[in-house]
Amino acid sequence: MRADLGLIEPWVEPNTNVLDLGCGDGTLLAYLQNKKTVQGYGLEIGEHEITECIRKGVNVIEHNLDEQDLKRFADKQFDTVIMTQALQAVRRPDQLLDEMLRLGRQGIVTFPNFGHWSCRRYLLFKGRMPVSKTLPYHWYDTPNIHLCTFKDFEALCEQKGIRIVNRTVVSFAYETTQMALRWPNLFAELAIYRIVKN
Amino acid sequence: MSSSFPDDSVGLVEPKSLKFKQALKLVCGKVLDQYELVYETYGTLNSTQSNAILICHALSGDHHAAGYHHVDEKKPGWWDSCIGPGKPIDTNRFFVVSLNNLGGCNGSTGPNHSNPETNELYGPDFPIVTVQDWVESQARLADALNIHKWAAVVGGSLGGMQALRWSLAYPERVGHAVVIASTPKLTAQNIAFNEIARKAITSDPDFHDGHYYRHQTVPTKGLILARMIGHITYLSDESMGEKFGRDLKTQEFNFGYGVEFEVESYLNYQGKRFSETFDANTYLLMTRALDYFDPAADFGGSLESAFSRAQCSYLVVSFSTDWRFSPERSEVLVEAMVKAKKNVSYAEIDAPHGHDAFLIPTPRYMAIFSSYMDRVANEVEHSES
Repeated sequence: MRADLGLIEPWVEPNTNVLDLGCGDGTLLAYLQNKKTVQGYGLEIGEHEITECIRKGVNVIEHNLDEQDLKRFADKQFDTVIMTQALQAVRRPDQLLDEMLRLGRQGIVTFPNFGHWSCRRYLLFKGRMPVSKTLPYHWYDTPNIHLCTFKDFEALCEQKGIRIVNRTVVSFAYETTQMALRWPNLFAELAIYRIVKN
Repeated sequence: MSSSFPDDSVGLVEPKSLKFKQALKLVCGKVLDQYELVYETYGTLNSTQSNAILICHALSGDHHAAGYHHVDEKKPGWWDSCIGPGKPIDTNRFFVVSLNNLGGCNGSTGPNHSNPETNELYGPDFPIVTVQDWVESQARLADALNIHKWAAVVGGSLGGMQALRWSLAYPERVGHAVVIASTPKLTAQNIAFNEIARKAITSDPDFHDGHYYRHQTVPTKGLILARMIGHITYLSDESMGEKFGRDLKTQEFNFGYGVEFEVESYLNYQGKRFSETFDANTYLLMTRALDYFDPAADFGGSLESAFSRAQCSYLVVSFSTDWRFSPERSEVLVEAMVKAKKNVSYAEIDAPHGHDAFLIPTPRYMAIFSSYMDRVANEVEHSES
């Protein structure tokens, strides 16, 4: 089981409706449907992922987050809008954040931390863009075109009047170490934020 | 069963027919006192009657959706690519019902049938039936076959409209609705094309205001034209370009107005073949049923309110080069379904074939369709055990 599922689940109320932006193969929605009987919809562009969602019994709508806007959905149409590991891969993460909180009463966002010490060390000593297990791509072929650190993200939230309700950070392999808790921007690899619009 | 059929074919099939004596009040206000529906079935109905699938046909379709009527039949049923053992609509798991709609010309009561009141063929006096009327008649067929609830109602184009209507007219009788290459209602452009097709037929001197049977004529020219126009809207610029390009039948221009380009030859051939088998009055009726379809109109113009009464889950599929019922039209359906908080999945298949793509088993289309129907079958089998 993907460890972030268990971390997201407590923030989703039972019997609510959930929109998952870039839902992948539907693992998270299937999990939430099962655990919290949510009415879930996933937006996805990957062909195999869409077929896999359908196989799992997850509602999936073919949608390109970069090319199609979300105007088709109404204000506060969803209780929770989730985006796991996709913020850094879209063309305009800032605008997508606005849209998430227009469509949903709350948002849940996860993304990798580019401020992690291993990234800093890589850049410092090798002088090249970091390649790691969590970020296995090269600068030229990476889908992660808008990498940021936790501090970057939190600064953007503040600027936009977005309130961070909760933040859970995890270090390698989805464990939360003391180090990651104390100095997340240095020792946590992934953060899960629960956000609302002020 | 003959071994000459492919392994994934339902093989030899025989049309059946049922007579209905209970009067059917139509949306237009007229009443059909009695009528007959011709249908085929494939697969076996399970003991709880929970594995039944209804196939709804499009404009020129009929009950013969899969298999062969005789060993020498050249082509199988119109949706044989999707119905059969191991195919998306797997006849090893489902009991499939496919009928010829009321007003059709392939066996079910329609304009080319005898009007019991006059003992003459109905012709233009056959009342205009709507998608809603079809659903009503299909519900009676379901009753007669002892099917209370369809595991799924499935259709492409006009067939998809029937699946949509079913989910609204009889929410408790539909488990899933599969709506392929369809639309919530026709656009002005769609209606315009239909009108040209109708005009082609009604202006043919052999049409005789629809009473051509009396005059022992057939408005062949009109039907050919209607089909040629229709056919263009079923294909895409891309697929026509690929198939014919600017190829000539002979090596050079003849500087005349005969058939010179391959595409002209193809359209003429398609039109001619169609005119030999299809009834002109039925063509008029089917295009009108298309024009009138607008389920939202019954719910204050709101699709969302229309769908709020549905209980089924939906699969909506569109095709990238379909300009008759474009992906945007399907997206309108999907948005309303989400707003109404209904279960829905949607895929836009990248296919070059235009509207006709719903009949062509391209790999991704088949993967999506199969996955969805597999889930439907699993649900049926799970609730049975």
